[in-house]
Parts: sequence; C-alpha cells; structure tokens
Amino acid sequence: MDFSFSDDQEALRRGVRTVLDAECDVDALRAFELADEDARAELSANRWTILAELGAPALVVPASSNGLGLNDVDLVGVLEEAGYACLPEPLLETAALAAPTLAALLPEPASAAALRALVEDDAMFAVGGIDVTSQGVTSPSEVSADGMLRTPRVVGARDAEILLLACRDDESGWQLHAVPAASCTAEPTPALSATRDLSTVHWPLASDTLLAYGVAAEAAVTLLADRAAAATAAQLIGLADRMILLAATYAKERHQFGKPIGSFQAVKHLLANARVALEFARPVTYRAAWSLATAQPSLSHDASMAKTMASDAADLAARVALQVHGAIGYTWECDLHFFMKRTWALSRAWGDAATHRRLVLSHTIAAQRTAG
Amino acid sequence: MDLTFSPEHEKFRAEARTWLNEHVPPDPLPSFDTEQGFEAHRRWEREMYEDRWSVVSWPTQYGGRDLGIFEWLVFEEEYYRARAPKRVSQNGIFLLAPTMLEYGTDAQKRRFLPPMAAGDEIWCQGWSEPDAGSDLAGIRSRAARSEAGDTWILNGQKTWASRGAFAEWCFGIFRTDPDAERHRGLTYFLIAMDSPGVTVRPIPQLDGETGFAEIFFDNVEVPENQVLGEVGGGWSVAMATAGSERGLSLRSPARYTEVADRLVQLYASRGGPPASADAVALAHMHAEAYKLHTYWTASKVARGHAVGPEASANKIFWSETDVAIHTAALDLLGTDAELLTAGAPGEWLDGYLFSLAGPIYAGTNEIQRNVVAERLLGLPRA
Repeated sequence: MDFSFSDDQEALRRGVRTVLDAECDVDALRAFELADEDARAELSANRWTILAELGAPALVVPASSNGLGLNDVDLVGVLEEAGYACLPEPLLETAALAAPTLAALLPEPASAAALRALVEDDAMFAVGGIDVTSQGVTSPSEVSADGMLRTPRVVGARDAEILLLACRDDESGWQLHAVPAASCTAEPTPALSATRDLSTVHWPLASDTLLAYGVAAEAAVTLLADRAAAATAAQLIGLADRMILLAATYAKERHQFGKPIGSFQAVKHLLANARVALEFARPVTYRAAWSLATAQPSLSHDASMAKTMASDAADLAARVALQVHGAIGYTWECDLHFFMKRTWALSRAWGDAATHRRLVLSHTIAAQRTAG
Repeated sequence: MDLTFSPEHEKFRAEARTWLNEHVPPDPLPSFDTEQGFEAHRRWEREMYEDRWSVVSWPTQYGGRDLGIFEWLVFEEEYYRARAPKRVSQNGIFLLAPTMLEYGTDAQKRRFLPPMAAGDEIWCQGWSEPDAGSDLAGIRSRAARSEAGDTWILNGQKTWASRGAFAEWCFGIFRTDPDAERHRGLTYFLIAMDSPGVTVRPIPQLDGETGFAEIFFDNVEVPENQVLGEVGGGWSVAMATAGSERGLSLRSPARYTEVADRLVQLYASRGGPPASADAVALAHMHAEAYKLHTYWTASKVARGHAVGPEASANKIFWSETDVAIHTAALDLLGTDAELLTAGAPGEWLDGYLFSLAGPIYAGTNEIQRNVVAERLLGLPRA
C-alpha cells in the first residue's frame, strides 16, 4: 500500500503547471474569449504545439507506438492542472480518451492511422456520440434524412483533426469510428463557456473509419465512458482548487466593517465547506486513475464515484466562490467566471453527479451480491 | 502508487480474522455506559491484551506488536468486520497513548501504558469545563504547587468526561499559571480517580445511560511525576491529543465502511424512495472516501510527514459521514425507526444517537471549520 505519487509524477505535474502558468493565464483566457473564430483556432494551435512538445497528448500511448508509455496515474495530475488553468484545448479528449482507446484497438488499421496522427502530427481529437445515463451508456447519434449521422454536443469538433464518434442501433448494436475532420460538417451550437466549443457533427458511416462494432464496440464505449468520468473528475478537482484559491485570496484582500471579510465566520465556514469537499474528492479521483491504470474490476464504480464527488465539490466551490466575491464576482471583469462556466459544463458532462450516484449504488449492490 | 495490501499485510489480516472469529462474543455485550457493561467490556480488553491484539501498533514492551500504520488499519478493518465490542479503553489507547509515547517520560510509559493496554486501568478525559467548551483555552480549573513543593494541588470542575462514571484514571488540563494568557500557563495532568477530593457525578445522556460525568476536584493532591510534558506546556501536549482525536487515531475508516455496507444491504433488502437511494449512495461514497483519504494520509505519515490542520477537515468529514449513514438508515426504516428492538432496528437508533454527538465532541465542527479556514486557507483570525 502506497497511496502517493512518485517524484517523477510530481515533477511532471509541476512542469505542466509552469507551462500553463505562462501559456494559459487569465490574460490568455480573456484574449481567447475576445478573439474571433480564426484567431481562437490559432491561439489553440500554438498552445497545443507547446503541450505536444511536453509529450502531454501522447502520455499514455505505448512506447511501441512512439508514445511516452506512461499510465493514467501519471496523467491524472496533468489533467488536474489543465482544470486548474481552465485549459480550452482538448487534452482530455486526446490524451485521456482517444489515446488509450486507439491503443487498445490496435492493430486495426483505422486505429493505427489515428494513433499515428496523434503521436506524430500532434492531431487534436474530439469525442462524441456517447451519453452516460443511470441505466448505462446510450448514443445520441441519429441517422438524418440524407443518410448521414448526426451527433449533437461534440466538444472541440471544429478544431479537431480526427473525431472519435459512436453510434448505436438496436439491430447491430454499437459502432465506434475514427472520422477525419474533412469528411464531417460541424454546425456550431452557442454555449456559455468560451472554453467549450460545442457543435452538432454530421458524419458519414463508412467502413474504413470503423474502429470496432458490436460487443467489442460496446466494451470500448463503456470503458471510454469510465475514462471520461475519471478524467473529467480530475479536471473538476483542479477547477475547484483554483476557485477556492481565488475566493480565499479575495477574502483576505476585501475589507468591510474595517476588517478583511475572510475574518468573519460566515465567510470562513463557506470556504471551509468547499475545502473539505475538495479534500475528500481528491483521493477518490486519484483512486479512479489507479483503477484505470491497473484495470481493476471495480473500475466503473470507482470512476462514477470520482465523477460524483468531484462534480459536487466543484459545484460547491463555484457557488461559494461567487458568494464570497459578491457583486464583483458577477462581472466579466473578474477572473472567476472562466472557471465557474467550465465547472458548470464539466460537472454535467459525461454524466452528472445524480446520474453517477445511481451508477455507484447499482455497482455497489451488485458487488455485494457477488461477494455474497 | 499501489492501492493493494502486500502479502505480509494480507497474512496479518488472516491472522487477525482468525483470532477475532474465535474470540468475539457471539452476542453483543451490554452497553459500556452501564456498570455491568463497563466490566464486560473491560474483560474483553483483557482477553485481547493476553493475545496481544489490544494495541497492535504500540511498542512490544508496552503490550503491542510494534506494527505500522497500515497493519493497524488492516486490524481495524477486521475488528469492525467481526462486529467486535466497542473499545471501552478508547480514550486511553487512542488519545492519551499517542501523546504519552511522544511526551511522556520512560517511567510514565512503563507505569501507565501496560495497564492501559490490558484494560486494568481505564481512562477518561478531563478537558471541558462548564464555561470552557469550544473556548478550551478559557479553562479555570487550577493546579498549584503544595507548600512542600513536591506535589500539585488541583481544584476545579471538569465536565462531559466520557467514561468518567467508571474510569480509574483521568487525563486533564489545568491552569498552573493564573497570570499567563490563555494558551500559556496550562499543564497536562494524569490523575487517579480514587484520589481523595475527587467527586464524580454521572450525567445521564439523552438515552438515559451514563455515558459521561462531571468531575469535581477539591484539593486533590497529584505527584510531580504525573505531569505529562512540561509544566506550562499543556496546550501543545493537549493539541497533540486533539490531533489524534480528530485525525487518524480515534475514528478508523473501517468503523464507517462497515456500517455503510450494512446500510447498502438494508436498502437492497427493503428498497426505498429515490431520495433514499441518493442518501444511501452518498453515505456509501463518503465512508469509502474517508477510507481512501486515510490511506492517503497514512502514506504521508509512513514517509515521515506529520498530520497538520488536515485533521480538522478529517473530523468534520467523519462526524458528518456518521450522521449521514445513520440518518439514511432511519429514513429507510421509516416508522420502525423509533423501535428499541435489540439488533436492527435498535442498533441503527443507537448508532444514530451516538453519531449526533460526533459533530460536537473533539471540538465542534464549527470550531474545526475555523481551523480549516485559518490554517488550510490562510484566512485571518477574527
């Protein structure tokens, strides 16, 4: 038993923090939100190049495929830092979802090609067509009148070079495809957070993009949903940490009644509650990463538990941070909104806390029955 | 990172499980907050001590096995899994002992630790006073040197002393320098409850049992060698004890995961409305999160780090988790929840009543929130 990160893992996390402090500070977020579509794409491409030089997107790609050959425990700190910085780029989709999913589906040619693009061409990925419900995974992808598939709410589809898209019908079950951006049309959907570029994607069903179908695709999609829950939890932990820091800093500076507002118990207790929720969501999130890395039988339970507790912790941190900031926190001028908006989206993405609570309960009851 | 126990740990687990299976009384003992129950629990402590299971993490010379923190956690998991009796010696073995091992003299350790481990001497805690609860530094009970200068004379009143009605010994903090400010001038004493001048008045708790007591000190003479730590240094010694009370030592995670498992079984067998499903799921998760957080902290301790103000976050979390687990259970039991029937549902009701004390004892959760805000988030004191 050793529930701690290695020196290398800590060093990797610090390295990412340093880079993101420089490349993704609040001024960069502000510039990003104010930029037009083309300028945004350029800002993203530049930042992605720097992340790719660090090896971040290919962190868990096996060395045999020219990746860094690390695992989810190495990655979790990096994802947490991406959350802390409110990074707009698709690190989660590329490094935590596409990379391990494609690596597991080798030597399928479509997987090999997509993985090469990820490692060698620094391709950005988007992932869509999977909804998490309390009954399990479902697909929102539908066949349109023109025979194309239509998948709503795909994040980062316009910047992605390859899209991992899933669909399901009752006859043939699940299919998972790696679709080049050139064959898709992305129809943007306005959304609250500038760091979340949402689109409805229209894509053709083709045999040369197929990664897996039937039982294999269902297994891949289920694992992908667990990966997404665990990785999103890591980002939410980082976001919660950042919002608590912003609010605690403000509570020390802002004076009312001749004292810093942080000296009042009513304010202290709000922040303490948020800090306690974060304190306990953190090891739960790291455990989910370990369960992924070591393919634990309890993985689905552990990922759902991480997503529940990280969503709850980040939602509470957002609520408390806004209240502590008062009216200034309600302005665009204050930095807080970047982190709140991303939190509100991520706490519901890949299954909200209520959905994952139910999943945790079903997994727990099932495990108790198995244990007898 | 490795979240599995080693083969050695698992071997130890099997050994503990076997012993507990063979020795845990088949029927629950009467409550240790009654005279008869207190003695039954003392006999259980003695039985464990004889086979060296009462204090596995202590040095062997005092009756332990010199085992590390993870073995202790494994033992606790097995202890709760076996539904073994509550520890009547808990104030001594979990709170005073870690403090004594850190601050005590060799003579004190030799004198006090073995009978504590054997259940021959059971300890209560003399901290709170009628006018010093959350404001612990405001205590007024005082100790002054005797005229000959070789003993201390204690006067004052302590209250809410758990196990105080039946305990042989008391550890308490007294003001030894009346002119010093609040946290200074306090001293930590070890007091025999049969000393002349000690009067105990048991206080019935809301369930009618005498779980705690008031203790009056009227010119009680205490020898110099029963001061723990330095004269005037009682606050920092007391804070070490409080760290054990809020942090790792008093409330091991197995206590909550075992009850949460039974809660999930209760839900699986009885069903309940959607709100209950949510409450059960959350209670299960919080118990497990507490376990993971403990492994996380224990890994730091194993590498030589100290537990700091995180202990306050810990205390808030375990106490509220305990309330959440038992509230969910009573909600599932519905109109059966008020029944005192032995076994379920009565044990859920007992557990609920006890859980409600959690956010109050060991420093109220409101005080712990101040500590979290000031020491983990750096907010200014009022």
